[in-house]
Parts: sequence; C-alpha cells; structure tokens
Amino acid sequence: MGIVTPGFSGRPRVEAPELPPGQYLTPDFPVLSAGPTPRVERDAWEFVITTETGAEHRWSWAQMMALPQETPTVDIHCVTRWSKLGTSWQGVSLDTLLDEVETAADYALAHSYGGYSTNLPLDDLRDGRAWLVHTYDGEELPAEHGGPARLLVPHLYFWKSAKWVRGIRLSLDDTPGFWETAGYHDYGDPWREQRYQGD
Amino acid sequence: MRWQPARLVARRAETPTAQTLVLDVPGWSAHLPGQHVDLRLTAPDGYQAARSYSLAAPADGDRIEVTVQRVPDGEVSPFLTDTYREGDPVEVRGPIGGWFVWRPQQTDPVLLVAGGSGVVPLMAMIRARRAAGSRVPFRLIYSVRTPADVFYAAELRDRVRADAGLDVAYVYTREAPEGWRGEPHRLGLADVNNHGWPPELDPLVYVCGPTGFVETVSDLLVGLGHPARRVRTERFGPTG
Repeated sequence: MGIVTPGFSGRPRVEAPELPPGQYLTPDFPVLSAGPTPRVERDAWEFVITTETGAEHRWSWAQMMALPQETPTVDIHCVTRWSKLGTSWQGVSLDTLLDEVETAADYALAHSYGGYSTNLPLDDLRDGRAWLVHTYDGEELPAEHGGPARLLVPHLYFWKSAKWVRGIRLSLDDTPGFWETAGYHDYGDPWREQRYQGD
Repeated sequence: MRWQPARLVARRAETPTAQTLVLDVPGWSAHLPGQHVDLRLTAPDGYQAARSYSLAAPADGDRIEVTVQRVPDGEVSPFLTDTYREGDPVEVRGPIGGWFVWRPQQTDPVLLVAGGSGVVPLMAMIRARRAAGSRVPFRLIYSVRTPADVFYAAELRDRVRADAGLDVAYVYTREAPEGWRGEPHRLGLADVNNHGWPPELDPLVYVCGPTGFVETVSDLLVGLGHPARRVRTERFGPTG
C-alpha cells in the first residue's frame, strides 16, 4: 500500500482479472519506438535463426507464408502501462520455425531491421507462446507496428515482441538487448511487474 | 529502484491546460535530461494509478520538475493539474531511461524537434546544457497549435538571447502570432531543412511528440540523409 494522496479517488474500479498490476486498458494501439520506422520490402525480407554453432536457418517471405499459419488472439501489455485485450494476429508459431533447428542454447536474442534487439530465454519462445506475425486485425501489419513481420510474445511486456524482426540468435549465454541495456528488466513478466532493472 | 515519497512544493502554469509541478523527493539521486519518472497516486481504498512523466529540468538538490498536460477524461493528469495541493504527498520512482538522453559531455551538434508537450524532455536538455556551461550547438524546432500553447515561453525567449549557440524556431499549426511570416502549417520538409542541421554535420537528433508527428519528422530526417541510428525518438502515447 502506498502513501494516500488526499483528494485522489481514481476511476471507478473495473474488475479486470486479465489486467496485470499497474496496467490500464486502452482502446487504441499506441506506437512506441526508439527511432525512425524502418521500411522493409517483403521481397527483400528474410528471417534467419542462427544457432550457437553458427548454423543458419533462413526463410524468405514466400517460404514463411507457406508454413502452417496460426491466428492467436491475445492480451498485450506495454511497460508504459497500457494493456489491450483480445488482439488478433496471424503468423507462424515459433515452434514451427524452431522445429527444424538443432540447438542446445538456453537464450535467444531477437534482432531487427533498424538495429533493435531484445533478449529472452529460448523456452519462452516455445510451447505455443510466441509467433512471428505479419497480420493484425485482418490487415497487413503496418510498418509503425513492426511490419512486415514482428515477434509476438504476449506473456512478456510488449518490448520483447520485437518489431521489424529479422532473426534470432541462439546462444548459451544471455546477452541483454536494446532496452535491457537502457534500464529495463531482463525478463519482463507483467504479472510480476518486472518493468525496470532489479524489479 | 524503489518508490520514494515526494511532496508538491510549487506549481507553475505553463499554458491554460499544462502545469509544471515542483516535487521535493528526499534523497533524490541526480538524473540525465531526457529521463522520466513514474508517478503514483493512491486512493484511500488502496487503489493506485501510476503514469510516466518526463523530467523537465535538472534536479535542484532534492527538487525535480515535471510538466503535466491535462488530458480531458484522464484519470491522473486532471487530478495533478486541478486538485493536487502543495504539501500533499505522491510517490515517484526513477530516474528511468538510458536511450533518449543527452549527456553534457557529448560534443555533437544537437537538433531537438518537439511536437506539443513533447518539448518537456527536450527542455530538460536545453536547461542541462546551460547548467553544464556546454557550448554544443543546439537547435530546437518546436511545433505548437497556437502561440498560447508554448510551454516555457518566457524562458525560451530569454535562453535564446543568453545561451550562445542555442536557436529556437517555432512552427504553428493552427494560429500564428501577430506579424508572423507565413501561414500556419504542419511541420514539413522545408522547416526541418531550414531550421535543422545538415546531415553532413552528423548531428544527434531527438524527436519527441505524438506518434504521427514523430513518424512524419523521423521519415523527413531519414529522407534528408540523416542516418536512422542518429535519430532518437520518443513517442508520447496518450497517458490520462
């Protein structure tokens, strides 16, 4: 319990069990990025998974689109405190992509067109909890929301769902990514409110 | 980083809808211009609401400043601008952010581009430059709806005269002041070209404002030849 500020009552309480602590619902879809929006053509796009031994697994846009497609409907939670419930996406499960990858790695570093990166334990990309998505709400994913394709890892704060994703490097060691080296939490579980380093 | 108790010690109206709050935070550690704090309010029944606010100035001992733009129907900002009284407590956590910051030891020319309340972290940089005695060339392009919407208007007028190497250019989108040359317009290529730095000087660029504004400006900058890695952006989402 914090210190009560006299006169503050807040909004009427909405029971929202699907809302993690410290979050509020937003009807819109704010954009938050650290730099200019990269513009990537689909015919020049590729996605590469690199293992700890240097083995590379590549997919062109057409190859990725030919893989089995899933349509997750998920809640997303931004570290800046907005949450959006029931967002619908289409893309390829990371299980499908990792299926053909031989690895003993524990860690993944997603990296993006434009230079962004973010780290996660490899297990968090498995078991139907992560996708490479190209469609939002039935439409092509707009560039400002990470199109042509972004990572979707809804059980972690949304900065882990790397926009403009280009590949994943698998490794035996954990390497912090862009926001993780700028004061944000290494793991980012919204239910444990892991916003900043040390939370 | 923990929640720290803070008290309101002063407030200043910036515009009819925006207020600067001066908070006393015992034991506050220094911060960099561009960083923000989380500010948390607690209701008597234990309900809490927290929002992020950019720090508007370097710390003055234990005193920090934020500027709050009142968002109609907001849960937190109208309370802070209309109801929150001097002497009353809140909690703050910070400073936060290690990317959208300017360090006074940097020597690259700096271009700041502000859309509306996006000027707050950029003003913190201008004030930190002054406090550090830095002579790094700074240019601010500040887009506002009308002259009445300018934050820190008097101080910016004084700074341009007193701080050698600081230039400020205004772009008015709805209504320009008396005697203004040109028509109100949305910030475009000519503004960035006329009032920014050419890319060959390799400036560091900080752009802050609403999403659409930041998208437009950063696209213009990249189109003019500024490398994307030299353009740092902070998009202000709607925080009520």
